[in-house]
Amino acid sequence: MANLKQLSQKEELFTGGHRLCAGCGAGIVARQTLLATDTPVVVANATGCLEVASTIFPYTAWKVPWIHSAFENAGATCSGVEAAYKSLKRQGKIKDEIRFIAFGGDGGTYDIGLQSLSGAMERRHRMLYICYNNEAYMNTGIQRSGATPRGAHTTTAPAGKVKQGKEQFRKDLTAIMVAHNLPFAAQASIGYWNDYITKVQKALNTDGPTFINVIQPCRLGWGYKPEDTIQVGKLAVETCIWPVYEVVNGKYKINMKPKEKKPVTEFFKLQARFKHLLKPENKEIVDSIQAEVDRKWENLLKLETL
Amino acid sequence: MVQTTTKNGIIVAKTGNEIMAEAMRQIAPDVVAAYPITPATEIVQIFSQFVADGLVPTEFVAVESEHSAMSACIGSSAAGARTMTGTSSQGLALMHEMLYIAAGLRLPIVVALVNRALSSPINIHGDHSDTMGSRDAGWIQIYSENSQEAYDNLIQAIRIAEKAKIPAMVTTDGFIISHCMEVVEKIPDEDVKKFIGEYKPERPLLDYKKPFSVGAIDLQDYYFEHRYQLIDAMEKAKPIVLEVAEDFKKEFNREYGFYEKYKMDDADIAIVVIGSAAGTAKVAVDDIRKKGVKAGLIKLRVFRPFPHKELAQELSNLKAVAVLDRCDSNSGAPAPLYLEVTSALYTHCKSECPKVINYVYGLGGRDIDLHHIAYVYDMLGKIKTGTQIKKVVNYVNLR
Repeated sequence: MANLKQLSQKEELFTGGHRLCAGCGAGIVARQTLLATDTPVVVANATGCLEVASTIFPYTAWKVPWIHSAFENAGATCSGVEAAYKSLKRQGKIKDEIRFIAFGGDGGTYDIGLQSLSGAMERRHRMLYICYNNEAYMNTGIQRSGATPRGAHTTTAPAGKVKQGKEQFRKDLTAIMVAHNLPFAAQASIGYWNDYITKVQKALNTDGPTFINVIQPCRLGWGYKPEDTIQVGKLAVETCIWPVYEVVNGKYKINMKPKEKKPVTEFFKLQARFKHLLKPENKEIVDSIQAEVDRKWENLLKLETL
Repeated sequence: MVQTTTKNGIIVAKTGNEIMAEAMRQIAPDVVAAYPITPATEIVQIFSQFVADGLVPTEFVAVESEHSAMSACIGSSAAGARTMTGTSSQGLALMHEMLYIAAGLRLPIVVALVNRALSSPINIHGDHSDTMGSRDAGWIQIYSENSQEAYDNLIQAIRIAEKAKIPAMVTTDGFIISHCMEVVEKIPDEDVKKFIGEYKPERPLLDYKKPFSVGAIDLQDYYFEHRYQLIDAMEKAKPIVLEVAEDFKKEFNREYGFYEKYKMDDADIAIVVIGSAAGTAKVAVDDIRKKGVKAGLIKLRVFRPFPHKELAQELSNLKAVAVLDRCDSNSGAPAPLYLEVTSALYTHCKSECPKVINYVYGLGGRDIDLHHIAYVYDMLGKIKTGTQIKKVVNYVNLR
């Protein structure tokens, strides 16, 4: 468990002054991640909002060593940094312990970077890969990704006269990562700082490849008021649309079970991207989403008992 | 009995791939990240055996693609490790995006590269389409005529890249060199180690006490200056290439430069060629000289940085020049080497330029033999005496 008082006294390693939007969840992810570290870290960042907004030359928001090379390769780039560390440590040229963290958005992780991530995890590099998941290509202007939920309006799967946003359900990337037999894989939400920071700490203390998929509301792409980011992040969990759980060496543990599962429409209501779904003629779509959320939640409850 | 050029030289029989792997063992990079591809696979395959046998301290990262190979090399090199890889053809094409990034970040990664044709149609044999496709990526490119040169070039490339802070690729022709066994003179391990020296990166990422951001976004206000630094570094790499070659000659008695001149002193016609075809062309020069033809040859070794002025000076007094390209530019204009050579001549010729003709040969590993090259020299003889060049680009041994 993270201790808020202690955290408040730690040096901020992700500083203010970056150019992320007001209310952006990506900055919260970066800041809380670095607050969770106790060992020196090197960060690799895929191209995306977090990267472009935090390192506009000659400025940088990062007070830790940071590297960005391209979009689809945060896993591979971080692999290289970690391999260099292993080699130089083995040769006695480096003495200190260093940890490695890669950040990729959902586009850079679910889609274009999936191969690179899979390779890095399979090779068992000791790194924590964090997918800051805002469910679309936000940096290029809200295009649909493999993480975009069914029914959401995006600029490449828009709601129109004959289509009602994305037609497909998103892929279950966390399950794909679990299938890599990682010692630690988790889902988190920025609605719950303590759960998230605890997970980052657990992952960094794990000797092996680790993965956290953190839902990160995007006020611009999701269409809500900047001050509602945390509330939206909580609603994703309370509706069971985004369960927060961890899988440690194959063993599932759900970190938060809502006392009363809220209907998915509670999550939709706050967001412009789902506005069209609330029309009576789209009830069938909402029902299909609710059914899928229920099915996955039940499945997760079963997995926890295994 | 094969004579060595230095007293400690070790004579071995090795294929191009074997000797490049051997050079890598002697260089002992901190990290190698690689992916298999014919005909370069053996290089990293043999090297990974060295790793498995504990002969090198290298961390070998068997990545899942060439794109990840170059990405991991970038991470590793930025972290402060001496980093190498090997690839070919489609592999280099898949790395293409990352090549520019490695150069832009000024990381001295060295690639053992085996030239192979690009698809489509798929073909595994040697031509220069792959590396010519990355000629403007900001990498030093050094081509080799045979296994000996591949070995010597790879060792020199480490020093060149690290001093110039530009990545470098050293190439051999697929199968023709990569799989052909030749006599090679090796340098003792300790001498290689001494020649390349210890790698001391200026600003490694792993120095976490001095954090900085690598690969930040540059907009209109800085991008141009940063790219100019790379342009400038490539220009400044020219004397570095020559310095390293001079040192290499002093230590190991084998001579290298931007190019090799073969019987150019009194030549009035010449071929400019890259790679293994130069060996065949030298024999053709010897043959034709017996008939009293003043034929010469320039084998280009360093394509990037391109020795624009130097090459123009070598060629400017000739009557006719044929540029042999193992690649086409598919552009409606002549092939890459021709474009560079004629640009050099047009820029630097003080008086009349020689007539220049382009021959594209050997695509997909198609043979080029003595009579093909003899034919080219015959044509040069005719051009010298006034025959007009009707077609600038011609194709050798094309059915």
